[in-house]
Amino acid sequence: MKKLSLNQLLIPFLSIILGLLVGAIVMLIGGYDPVQGFISLFEGMFGSPYAVGETLRAAAPLIFSGLAVAFAFRTGLFNIGVEGQVLIGWVAAVYVGINFDLPMFIHLPLALLAAMVAAAIWAFVPGFLKAKFYVHEVITSIMMNYIALYTTNAILRNVIGVTNERTESINDSASLASPWLQELTTYSRLHWGVLVAVLAAIVYYYILQRTTLGYELRAVGFNKHASQYAGMSVNRNIVLSFVISGMFAGLAGAMEGLGTFGSMTLSASFTGVGFDGIAVALLGANTAIGVILAAILFAGLNIGGLAMQLGANVPSELVKVIIAAIVIFVASGYAINYAIEKLKGNRKKRVEKK
Amino acid sequence: MLNIRKEFGTFVANDNITLQLRKGEIHALLGENGAGKSTLMNVLFGLYQPEGGEIRVHGKKVNIENPNIANELGIGMVHQHFMLVEKFTVTENIILGLEPKSGITIDRATARKKVMEISEQYGLRIDPDAKIEDISVGMQQRVEILKTLYRGADILIFYEPTAVLTPQEIQELIQIMKRLIAEGKSIILITHKLKEIMQVADRCTVIRRGRYIGTVEVDETVNEDSLAEMMVGREVNFDAEYSKADPQQVVLDVQNLVVKDGRGLKVVEGLDLQIRAGEVLGIAGIDGNGQTELIEAISGLKKPESGKVLLNGKDVTGHTPRKMTEAGIGHIPQDRHKHGLVLDYSIRDNMVLQTYYKEPFSKRGLMNYKAVAEKAKALIEKFDVRTPSIDVPARALSGGNQQKAIIAREVDRSPDLLIAAQPTRGLDVGAIEFIHEQLIKEREKGRAVLLISFELDEILHVSDRIAVNYEGKIVGIRDPKETTEQELGFLMAGGKRGDETE
Amino acid sequence: MNFLEVLYIVVPVALAYATPLIIAALGGIFSERSGVVNIALEGIMVIGAATGIITTLTLTDLGVGASSPWIALLVAMVVGALFSLFLAVPAILWRADQTVLGVAINMLAIGLAIFVVRVLYNKGQTDFIEYRIAKENVPFLSDIPVLKMFFINVQYTSFVAIALAFVVWFVIFKTPFGLRLRSVGEHPMAADTMGINVTKMRFMGVMLSGAFGGLAGAVYAVTVTTNFSGTTIVGQGFLAIAAMIFGKWNPLGALGAGLFFGFAQALSIIGSNLPVINNVPQLLLLIAPYALTILALAGLVGRADAPKSVGIPYIKGKR
Repeated sequence: MKKLSLNQLLIPFLSIILGLLVGAIVMLIGGYDPVQGFISLFEGMFGSPYAVGETLRAAAPLIFSGLAVAFAFRTGLFNIGVEGQVLIGWVAAVYVGINFDLPMFIHLPLALLAAMVAAAIWAFVPGFLKAKFYVHEVITSIMMNYIALYTTNAILRNVIGVTNERTESINDSASLASPWLQELTTYSRLHWGVLVAVLAAIVYYYILQRTTLGYELRAVGFNKHASQYAGMSVNRNIVLSFVISGMFAGLAGAMEGLGTFGSMTLSASFTGVGFDGIAVALLGANTAIGVILAAILFAGLNIGGLAMQLGANVPSELVKVIIAAIVIFVASGYAINYAIEKLKGNRKKRVEKK
Repeated sequence: MLNIRKEFGTFVANDNITLQLRKGEIHALLGENGAGKSTLMNVLFGLYQPEGGEIRVHGKKVNIENPNIANELGIGMVHQHFMLVEKFTVTENIILGLEPKSGITIDRATARKKVMEISEQYGLRIDPDAKIEDISVGMQQRVEILKTLYRGADILIFYEPTAVLTPQEIQELIQIMKRLIAEGKSIILITHKLKEIMQVADRCTVIRRGRYIGTVEVDETVNEDSLAEMMVGREVNFDAEYSKADPQQVVLDVQNLVVKDGRGLKVVEGLDLQIRAGEVLGIAGIDGNGQTELIEAISGLKKPESGKVLLNGKDVTGHTPRKMTEAGIGHIPQDRHKHGLVLDYSIRDNMVLQTYYKEPFSKRGLMNYKAVAEKAKALIEKFDVRTPSIDVPARALSGGNQQKAIIAREVDRSPDLLIAAQPTRGLDVGAIEFIHEQLIKEREKGRAVLLISFELDEILHVSDRIAVNYEGKIVGIRDPKETTEQELGFLMAGGKRGDETE
Repeated sequence: MNFLEVLYIVVPVALAYATPLIIAALGGIFSERSGVVNIALEGIMVIGAATGIITTLTLTDLGVGASSPWIALLVAMVVGALFSLFLAVPAILWRADQTVLGVAINMLAIGLAIFVVRVLYNKGQTDFIEYRIAKENVPFLSDIPVLKMFFINVQYTSFVAIALAFVVWFVIFKTPFGLRLRSVGEHPMAADTMGINVTKMRFMGVMLSGAFGGLAGAVYAVTVTTNFSGTTIVGQGFLAIAAMIFGKWNPLGALGAGLFFGFAQALSIIGSNLPVINNVPQLLLLIAPYALTILALAGLVGRADAPKSVGIPYIKGKR
């Protein structure tokens, strides 16, 4: 394993600090007390068993969507279509959860599998179009997001038969819910999904770093030309990468459908889980452990934001501003690096002068 | 340019270099790849700012902060990699940034007229309305020259201008340069080709590893050997004799091969070629005559339209690169960064780029990185690849060591056929010699070696037989001992000297 | 209801929906032609919509009256251009990944917009504006049979959008500025050696895109929704990107694609009340623009080629 250099760790940490700083400035301009705001925010994130439970609960889908984005990134692809794949995975899981009546040890895995397969098929499209027609995957996956949004709504109405806003609840045999975990966290909605997510992160690491497939996928990601010269099938790897990425995304949807809500609701807009996944992957530097930590952070911010609104009267949307700022800073890593080098250089020069 | 110094971080690309250009002369700037020629010219052209020294034009000290100022001072650059927007027309490319206007629109009629005037004045034939993507390399270069003249340049910098031209086109370019001088322009010619310097230059400045070596008058007192010595810093033996070849059975047999390029044009058109075990076959030809596509077809990267490729008598036409590799082909690609290495992978991982899926490197779908590391260690030792460890990314190695790593990997598989495409491009003299020795060693082991190079010197030096490629066909096979550069150049240009049509 | 009567109902609605799409797509063209991917168009439209509504409400309170939405459009342009600096600075100066930035800016926009609304009004959405840009019948032209479908129940902003498409086409293809902008998006190093300031041109491309995006968002808000909330702009920015691609990065192409997508949107919204069209599944109408754009990119509906250097930061001296 290659070791992370100091700078690689420095940029995410600096970015988080700078992002929170931006949040503080926005609070000041809005006429709020940043100290009070941050206290409420952090209490809402980790301040009680309930807060921890909710944060971990919200982290589960983010770990999955983060892994989905990161997996594609590691193989040189940008899966901005996780958002749509999450919806497809969600609707598939709920469909199986409602319409089958099986023993739990079959039903739950089947529902998870359905989410993986459905989302993988959805993700196959941009992968295939890239491999076959050289179409840039970013644009096609964005378009697929909207097609997914409208298609899931249509499936909810016409196939699952939603008359009100929401489907009926899934059968218990397909549910990830855990009364024990709920009780442990003073009745948060924490469910077993977070464990599944950590398992998935281990699988992610294992595929990329230990398997022959992983060696090949990463080689293609770094340099598809050299990989092709060396006899690897670039097209096959592109499609495969998208399909695997889609499986992670589908499970993110299953977390919501089988865990948090146990149902699905008609929606005019996206869940945000997929776009947050991009932020998670980026901050986590596309590593398994990084994704887990970043997912917990962003999930905590999302959860803590509500507490902040109640406790300090600061609009919870501030959290979005903070997350966006963190992403912008991480993405601008070149500038941060440059600034660090410059500072080091100046210090060095001053030392030399002495 | 006086005492120019340019640093990149801790690396000094130019250290105290002086170059003085007289009016109306052709002044050559000679140096090996990486000697600092391009850095120096980018300083002169305002793309880089120097850390020390000064630039004077007509005796006046100037501060060239950007290319605009260089243009205003009458300095124009003809770039090695043409700086042309492919989707624009010739005229649009020439006027870009200095467009004649009528009202708020571009005055295309005036623009076209001006371009034609200059083109006629200097004898630079072009089609002003054609798009760049549709015209020949030679015409693209004339557009580059016109761009500088349109801006009123008095000092023209030619950067390795002959690299992409046929010997005949080179002669034409030399005439153009002489005409420019006659019209009162001055020229800096940057090159590492000694012959051209002897032919056109009035004076020559030599730099080596970022340092100024000296400036000489190009007259009877200098010859190619003395210039080469200045450039490299020691005596160069261009005529190292290798053992005699002993060709055996046919390894590669290419029959009537037709291959299309990326645009769907047939660039290999009915090519026949045979290579035997124990010989080095050199393919001479101008870039763009189908050599790239020929290699791609042989190595499986591109499916041929028709024809056959036989390896050791077996038909392998259109097989995938992996099957070709398994059938016994090794390939040292033209572009080592793009095609030869995964630069972000460690040296260790790069050493098994073709064999990673085989035992002992991979078992039941899992990698055995210990076995990979052992292999990598053995190879870098055997081929003297200088690297701090096998875990550093390939990117961190010097060009010569990267190429050594590739050769180690390819040769280690004991391929029956080794394809070496421009294996020494961009390397210094020491590395070049090492690589040539490796190719000969393979030959001596009884392998077939296919060498493709745009440098005739290299082809003549290493090959046992030379096949000349022109427009996708082999137009002649020559013995290097009995042929001359002139004859090869004549064949490379299709034998149609002087009546080039476009 | 005969076919013509159906058109008299559908066309005005289609024009209303097409207008912001066209304007935003034109903005996208400026940015991408200069070499900067603009996924952030959605977020810029959000900011434009919020600015449009907040300015209109404020001006109305100040007693400006019926001209307040028009002034708001201009303010939204300025704010949009300034907001686009969040894309321009990291993308052009700091070599940040443009797609990642776009996603982040979309997040930033919705967060910031709702935050400001809450600060100003203490609730998650604004009131409805009193003065909107009204639907009118154009004098004389609305009396012409058949052709009148384009001139009844129409907002003048629609004509502005169509006129802008021609103006942008002229600027991109006929002026020195356009030539330089395109050269920077195709081959920035060539442009640099010709003395064109790549950084400056790209900044102008992105900020023009911000101005158009801001205008588009505001137009949508003051003509269609007439208030601002978190669900005012949901996907119009991405739809505009689709129109830009479907129109092959050509302003007139974007005009055509924008009109076409607007038509599809109009049908999906009011189609269920109309004969014939109510037999077409709504899903088909909703996904048509996106599906068609994918097909266009795959070369199945005419090849769409992006500017060559779009998305690639320009680093001086690197070949």
